[in-house]
Amino acid sequence: MRSAAAAAAMAGSVRAVARRFLSEYGGGTAGRLKALDAFLLYVLLTGALQFGYCLGVGTFPFNSFLSGFISAVGSFILGVCLRIQINPQNKGEFQGISPERAFADFLFANTILHLVVINFVG
Amino acid sequence: SISVAFLVWPLNEFNYRSTHHLASHGFYEFLNWFDERAWYPLGRIVGGTVYPGLMVTAGLIHWILNMLNVTVHIRDVCVFLAPVFSGLTAISTFLLTRELWNQGAGLLAACFIAIVPGYISRSVAGSFDNEGIAIFALQFTYYLWVKSVKTGSVFWTICCCLSYFYMVSAWGGYVFIINLIPLHVFVLLLMQRYSRRVYIAYSTFYIVGLILSMQIPFVGFQPIRTSEHMAAAGVFALLQAYAFLQYLRDRLTKQEFQTLFFLGVSLAAGTVFLSVIYLTYTGYIAPWSGRFYSLWDTGYAKIHIPIIASVSEHQPTTWVSFFFDLHILVCTFPAGLWFCIKNINDERVFVALYAISAVYFAGVMVRLMLTLTPVVCMLSAIAFSNVFERYLGDDMKRENPPIEDSSDEDDKRNPGNLYDKAGKVRKHVSEQEKTEEGLGPNIKNIVTMLMLMLLMMFAVHCTWVTSNAYSSPSVVLASYNHDGTRNILDDFREAYYWLRQNTDEHARVMSWWDYGYQIAGMANRTTLVDNNTWNNSHIALVGKAMSSNESAAYEIMRSLDVDYVLIIFGGVIGYSGDDINKFLWMVRIAEGEHPKDIRESDYFTPQGEFRVDKAGSPTLLNCLMYKMSYYRFGEMQLDFRTPPGFDRTRNAEIGNKDIKFKHLEEAFTSEHWLVRIYKVKQLDNRETLDHKPRVTNIVPKQKYLSKKTSKRKRGYIKNKLILKKGKRPNRKTV
Repeated sequence: MRSAAAAAAMAGSVRAVARRFLSEYGGGTAGRLKALDAFLLYVLLTGALQFGYCLGVGTFPFNSFLSGFISAVGSFILGVCLRIQINPQNKGEFQGISPERAFADFLFANTILHLVVINFVG
Repeated sequence: SISVAFLVWPLNEFNYRSTHHLASHGFYEFLNWFDERAWYPLGRIVGGTVYPGLMVTAGLIHWILNMLNVTVHIRDVCVFLAPVFSGLTAISTFLLTRELWNQGAGLLAACFIAIVPGYISRSVAGSFDNEGIAIFALQFTYYLWVKSVKTGSVFWTICCCLSYFYMVSAWGGYVFIINLIPLHVFVLLLMQRYSRRVYIAYSTFYIVGLILSMQIPFVGFQPIRTSEHMAAAGVFALLQAYAFLQYLRDRLTKQEFQTLFFLGVSLAAGTVFLSVIYLTYTGYIAPWSGRFYSLWDTGYAKIHIPIIASVSEHQPTTWVSFFFDLHILVCTFPAGLWFCIKNINDERVFVALYAISAVYFAGVMVRLMLTLTPVVCMLSAIAFSNVFERYLGDDMKRENPPIEDSSDEDDKRNPGNLYDKAGKVRKHVSEQEKTEEGLGPNIKNIVTMLMLMLLMMFAVHCTWVTSNAYSSPSVVLASYNHDGTRNILDDFREAYYWLRQNTDEHARVMSWWDYGYQIAGMANRTTLVDNNTWNNSHIALVGKAMSSNESAAYEIMRSLDVDYVLIIFGGVIGYSGDDINKFLWMVRIAEGEHPKDIRESDYFTPQGEFRVDKAGSPTLLNCLMYKMSYYRFGEMQLDFRTPPGFDRTRNAEIGNKDIKFKHLEEAFTSEHWLVRIYKVKQLDNRETLDHKPRVTNIVPKQKYLSKKTSKRKRGYIKNKLILKKGKRPNRKTV
């Protein structure tokens, strides 16, 4: 009984925290970053979909699966890096990296990544 | 110097041969190259079992030069590749040290790496080895990594990935990078030094480096399958979780964060734990391979994989070789390490970890001295530069304006000569120092002189080592007489040339694996085993043939289609690296695969000694290797002070002087008996009896005597005319 009550309390607090987080997020995030977050969510779902496929169906063309999955993970990571760099709150930590420079880096990294992915996908 | 260089033949025959193949047949042919001349019945898929970086680099330079109408032979490109890359190594060491400390230390580090014997061994002209270009790639990757941690820029990280890719394509030592960088990140996390720059640098490096490293056919899926690479993956996952929590912490209050933190950590730990168990259980992650395992448990290789322990490069390093390879740097680099730890920051954590891990690995294996050398150079340079800064540099700030002016004038007068300027400044300083407080000028002078003396001795030592130990090609031996004159023993080339000219083009030559590449490269004959020791059982078979008696060996050699057997015998000139001295490794490796037929204890005397004289064990005295080494050696008296058949290497008179072969015959023995080649006879047309025809004891009563040889009967004349009395001889009329 007690544990169930504790779990319920915990679930409630988690829900409260989540709600506060969402409101905070909605209020305090720039529109640019929100768009980027949407992209990240999309990439995350793509990766999750591929992983689910691999678990359910199998990994037969292993290099194809890997390159697809790594492409998703890589895009996600690069997107996160871009998001960190263009976030005005982190301005102090990245001296000399303007948002334009960050975006150019993002494009460059994606080019390299996807050239390799295309080579690897077979 | 050009004419000297052309005499140098690339040391690594196999690399040269494959580069030649690449240059003459193109890249795709090279990737698909099946070399039927190596590992005789098996062959070797070269494209898939080689790190192609070296060959591709040499081939690319050759191609570019030829495109520019600079016609050079691919051999010359190979010969000069190592010196060119050692120059690049010096530059990247300078860059890395500059990032870590300052420009002065960088210059010193570049000077050190340019002459330090530990690296010269791989960078002399003619040394055509993976390590030569790999050290450059290693240093450059580390430089870019430090740069990307410092700036947090994706651009530098991607450059780091590309450099890492080059390293993966060049040398198996890339595992060092993919473990050291995660270790750096992990230690930074532990030290509470996490920053978003580290997150950007490592996440990008890991994911792009991962897919890049899988492009090399020899590496394949190893980066996600083997345990060596799992640390990197683990740190990647940890960093993601840590960064996410950091993000949340910035958003939420402390109370809320704790609630989430508990939930998140328990969930993440459970998931990671379950997935690792699942993957190991289903066999997706291979356990540590033997070569890496032997790095942790130094006794492991000796017990389980004698083939690894048998390579001289894999022996533990002796103190002497530390001093021989690094000289004064080995004493000064702890000081540099201490300076780094004292003024710690993100990138100095890195160099400290680099130093500590490299010292450990260099202690385990002589070969890994090579990874220690650059970091020792960098840290020593930091130590020296710090000392010089203290004893020379501080004074420069206190200089009076007129002195500065004069030195500037000097500079304008001869702008090219910067050394001159430094010398002048030093002199001014010491003159001016007399009036300064603090350290007395004498102490400063003495310390400076002492340091300069150390550096001078280091330079002298490096020159000496380079000219004595590392600049002679391994294929030509040199011996010194009592009066100091040098004898060149060119037996190896003599023998390989004999093989090339006098044997069938498709003849199969059996030898111990050390000489496989040389036979393939210089004699152009098919070998059974070679220096790429990928197939232990095949090597064990050769070892078994060498260590069993002649008839058993003949069966093995027949089954392997061996035509010639080549051995190295140093007993005449006292060369210690010969096959009899390596013989116990052959026995051990053979015993590992065929424990029923070969036992190491059989080759020792009951007292446990390995001796070749009369007291040696009979198994040893009759095994094929012994017989081939000492065949007809008992007839040879080298010296009036020693009995015939006296082995100069082992200082013993051989125990079996009456050696006869049944299935082999001596084909060639070089001038100093260094190389001996035996021909394996074909099966006889009719089996000869190995005993005399049977003699029955039935004695004939009367000895049969041939009429022809009998002395009692007189001879007779055939067709003798018989005269009949009273009749005329019948004469034919004409």
